Amino acid sequence: MRVVVAEDHALLADGLKRLLVAHGFEVVEMVDNGPRLAPALLEHRPDVAVIDVRLPPTFTDEGLRAAIEARSQVPGLPVLVLSQYVEQLYARELMRDRAGGVGYLLKDRVSNIPAFVDALRRVAGGGTAMDPEVVTQLMGSQRSRIDELTPREQEVLNLMAEGRSNSAIAKELFVTDKAVDKHTNNVFRKLGLTQSSDDNRRVLAVLTYLEEQP
Amino acid sequence: MPHSTLYSPSFKGQLARRFAHLGVAFGLLALAVVGFAFLVLTLVSVPLVLVSVGIPLTIVVVWLSRGITRAQRAVFRRLFGKRIDNPYRPWPRGHIGLKLLALTKDVTVWRDIAWHAINSTLGFLVYLTAIVLFAASLFYLVYPILWLAWPSVFNTYFGLHIDNFATAMWGLPIAAIAFSLWWWLGDMMLDSYASLATLLLRPTRSVMLKQRVEQLTESRAESVDSSAAELRRIERDLHDGAQARLVALGMSLGMAEGLLESDPVAAGRLLAEARENSGTALVELRNLVRGIHPPVLSDRGLTGAVEALALDHPLPVTVLADLPGRPPAPVESAAYFAIAEVLTNTAKYAKASQVRVMIGYFGYPPREPAVDDDESQLGPRLGIVIRDDGVGGASATEGGGLAGVVRRLSAFDGVVAIDSPVGGPTVITLEIPCLLSPDPSGRPAASGTV
Repeated sequence: MRVVVAEDHALLADGLKRLLVAHGFEVVEMVDNGPRLAPALLEHRPDVAVIDVRLPPTFTDEGLRAAIEARSQVPGLPVLVLSQYVEQLYARELMRDRAGGVGYLLKDRVSNIPAFVDALRRVAGGGTAMDPEVVTQLMGSQRSRIDELTPREQEVLNLMAEGRSNSAIAKELFVTDKAVDKHTNNVFRKLGLTQSSDDNRRVLAVLTYLEEQP
Repeated sequence: MPHSTLYSPSFKGQLARRFAHLGVAFGLLALAVVGFAFLVLTLVSVPLVLVSVGIPLTIVVVWLSRGITRAQRAVFRRLFGKRIDNPYRPWPRGHIGLKLLALTKDVTVWRDIAWHAINSTLGFLVYLTAIVLFAASLFYLVYPILWLAWPSVFNTYFGLHIDNFATAMWGLPIAAIAFSLWWWLGDMMLDSYASLATLLLRPTRSVMLKQRVEQLTESRAESVDSSAAELRRIERDLHDGAQARLVALGMSLGMAEGLLESDPVAAGRLLAEARENSGTALVELRNLVRGIHPPVLSDRGLTGAVEALALDHPLPVTVLADLPGRPPAPVESAAYFAIAEVLTNTAKYAKASQVRVMIGYFGYPPREPAVDDDESQLGPRLGIVIRDDGVGGASATEGGGLAGVVRRLSAFDGVVAIDSPVGGPTVITLEIPCLLSPDPSGRPAASGTV
């Protein structure tokens, strides 16, 4: 898999590169500033890009904007955005084009390497990787509706929103795939959403639901 | 300031003061005449505004007459010990018509005209009387001698004909009378007139309040700006420093964890790297904390914290401090960072061989004579003098360190005086009005957070 990495902090860039190479990714370019990022993405068309939100010269949300710009030209170009803080607003902007292939994670998630690599592969495959922190914030805004779910169903919803597949959720909660199926069906029924066989469509449905302001 | 000698009650002091006033009366007389010329010019140029030439003329006249009243204020300030602040607002900008409009609305312009009218009549008489009385006393003192020299010229007193030396000697008592008139009456007149001048020349209450509001608005905006910039800096430092290092640390640990089974040697290398990173992250955090509020400042107060600064400084810094208590926490912190900023500047640019920092506290200054309203009294304040023997030429250029000091202290009504001739030495004086809590060891008085 070909990867473009955009990270200005030398230490982190170096660590990311080593980590990716160790897991069989091919790093085609390392970018350390905003203006260079979108051209690099369009030029290499990587299988997935790992992007730091804040990049020079402005140190604001340079990376995010470059990612969105590149995706507007190449719909569904897989990007995994890393940030020291998660902002619901940024998550929404990334998801807005509904094309999938989007990840938005806290930087510290990188230290759980197997999970990080898994999220990266998921995004590269057109799936979604949403940080649990974002999901928690989203859930917070829909408290009243979510309170109707059982605690188990809420756990399932959380993991679904992060972009996990049924089998991954089953592994995480130590239950059978069938049990997860039952829970997801209940969740969709209670929230009034149409169930979809496509994992990613399902995630988008959940996230869209969560984003609706009450 | 010449107050010290001029206002000592001794005979020498009295004499010195009267002669100083006499000398200055000549200058004031000349200025009164010039002021009269300006009064006439103003009266001429105002109707000329109808024809366009009057507009620039009026503006120039106002500008020049301001220069004269400024000079007069300076004289009354320095030689008569009056407190007269300049009442002027910043010179209006923009289009020439706008300038004129702003000036016609400016009460000080009209007050200056009134002042010139009074000063060129009443003032003129007062100065002239003082001068004439003194000149007369001199003249009659030497009159007998003059009579001896040119009896055909100097031969009348007030219509009295003089024909021998004995009658010429009448000059002496007349001189004595003129001298005592000058000594008491002249002095009293000048002094009363100076008080009148103070009333006319100093800013009216509303102007003073307006000035104060402008100044406060400006300093508030500046302190809001500078604290916002400070917060941005802190956020940036945390984000790019300690936080990024901790992320990297997590990465190294994660990778080490993955390699533990397959490649323990590489895992060990990663662990060592992680440990090093955690150390660096801590150092960065410590520096950041010190930049926000140095622990030594809380522990030891301003004096101790400045001594700690001196130890870290590349140049030998002597600290002389005499503080009978602790300033409120916000003032203490502002003073500390101001000193730190000045010392950083010194290290960077001054090429000095040594620096001296003096910290003191001033209560009410000795009462100056003829100051009759307490609002012009300077309150108790923290005074800091930083002196270096470097190359000089320091100034508070926009965006420079010293401008930052001015900004920092303006929030507390503090003032910064920079005296730095090219070639040095540089003396930077900071004054911040504040009250000390009489507590040399414990917490600062104010519970304000910094």
